[in-house]
Amino acid sequence: MEPKAWLRRINRNRVLFPLGALVLLVIVASSLSRHFLTPMNIKNVLSQVSIIAILAAGEACVILTGGIDLSVGAVLAISGSVTAVLLKWAGVAMPLAILGGLGVGVLAGALNGLMVAWVRIPSFIATLAMMAVARGGTLVLTNGRPVSGFLRSFRAIAGYAGPLPLLFLITFGVYVLWQLALSHTRFGRYVYAVGGNETGTRFVGVNVRRVKLLVFILAGFCAAIGGIMLDARLNAAYPTAGEGYELDAIAAAVLGGVSLSGGVGSLVGTFFGALVMTVLGNILNLLKVGAFYQYIAKGLILAVAAISLSRGVKFAK
Amino acid sequence: MSEENGKRPWVEMRGIHKWFGGVHALKGVDFHVCRGEVVGLIGDNGAGKSTLIKILSGVFPPDKGEILIEGKRVRFRSPRDAKEHGIETVYQELALVDNLDVPGNIFLGREPALVGGRSLLALLHKGRMMREARALLERLKVNIGDLTALAGELSGGQRQTIAIARALYTEPKLLIMDEPTAALAVQETRKVLDLVRKLKERDIGIVFISHTLQEVFAVADRIVILRKGEKVGDFPAAELAIDDAVKLMVGGEESPTR
Repeated sequence: MEPKAWLRRINRNRVLFPLGALVLLVIVASSLSRHFLTPMNIKNVLSQVSIIAILAAGEACVILTGGIDLSVGAVLAISGSVTAVLLKWAGVAMPLAILGGLGVGVLAGALNGLMVAWVRIPSFIATLAMMAVARGGTLVLTNGRPVSGFLRSFRAIAGYAGPLPLLFLITFGVYVLWQLALSHTRFGRYVYAVGGNETGTRFVGVNVRRVKLLVFILAGFCAAIGGIMLDARLNAAYPTAGEGYELDAIAAAVLGGVSLSGGVGSLVGTFFGALVMTVLGNILNLLKVGAFYQYIAKGLILAVAAISLSRGVKFAK
Repeated sequence: MSEENGKRPWVEMRGIHKWFGGVHALKGVDFHVCRGEVVGLIGDNGAGKSTLIKILSGVFPPDKGEILIEGKRVRFRSPRDAKEHGIETVYQELALVDNLDVPGNIFLGREPALVGGRSLLALLHKGRMMREARALLERLKVNIGDLTALAGELSGGQRQTIAIARALYTEPKLLIMDEPTAALAVQETRKVLDLVRKLKERDIGIVFISHTLQEVFAVADRIVILRKGEKVGDFPAAELAIDDAVKLMVGGEESPTR
């Protein structure tokens, strides 16, 4: 009974698969390229993973409730642009500009949540609409041109704290907070309950709509953090920023063991999933594989992960 | 009120009507349950059993008629209202959340908090949930084994037991059981029936709905028969033969088909 329960608990969190994949990938990567394990490259990977991972954190919460958010890449772009425009063109103070960007992300997430929970539009359609609107809004706002050249104080967000990129520390902090919220608060409990049995959860009197609204707000908030981080990292807000990032975010969550039918998975796993996606991109870069092929590779990985993980029995019966 | 000699009803439904569009689903039904009494509610499909208990559990209001608890008129706007008056329901859909553990299911929607009270950001008191879940199951004298197991990992009988335990946590006065044994094997069914008898001893009124008349006759004190939205029989279980119950269910003039 005891070892069985122990095994079951490990299996339940489903972090072994992404962790194993990550270790394997690191071994392969370091044998294929001697540049892979250099401090420079590791810092680079940690900076890159920060942005994918922060999107994936919000995405994972949405998927845990049984939904999906296709708008995270576009919301990243509009939040990043709003912050950039406030900083560069409106001359707004940095904290206010950042708050503005975060506010746009929260607003987009709230609209997604309202469409899904109140109007009852399927989440992939509602967020697809948001994706188009937010991308269009970004182009209108910036006239389709990059907004670049920020003050040093803003660029410092993409700086270092000792040996670690600040971006990575921000993302890591968000993960710790989100994971604690998921496993120890009533909200987190309801996220899993809604994903497991929405009708049953409503029957016992849980306000399911509010839970759904909150996860979409979280996803929008995370995307906005990602947009501001990307501004600081690139010293510019590109209107095309974040295109295709929803793929990376969803892939990270699925690779990390988050079930697309909801209710199963964790942020710890998602974090490893995001690392797998980033290291994969990194090694393909080091091996000078073209960006076009990288898209194909990521798509294939997502398909394989979704097949192999969804074939596994959802709840060991 | 209606029974001068003997117990007074705890809950009483009077002249209940319900229409769904053009369908007259309930045509002035009277129904009552006393404390510590098991009432078997039977009837063919479409007889109005589900409609009647959904009105009693607050899922929807009656179009005509009234509900009285201990003689006082009440109005349920939602299942939550009914719960606050002490009426709990175990649904036939086995409405457990498969990916939560046993205490998680028993306390779903009313988790005890370390801090934060009833807010969404409240920190869960997992230790207390586990302790109280174990104590509750022990009081009901049922053995689930490992309470950290997810509901999806349990057998149908264990799941039904947890669904019942969840309904009993608030110490209701009336428990409505809608087809509680529909998905269960024989052995598991017997355990659920045993549980019903134990609850009766604790002075809880029970409405027991089942398609298996043998089960109803095995646990019920009184049997109420509905046909086409009307009450066609209300007998002490001991004074009614199964064959006669079947005749009433399908209609007197027709020959019994089961």
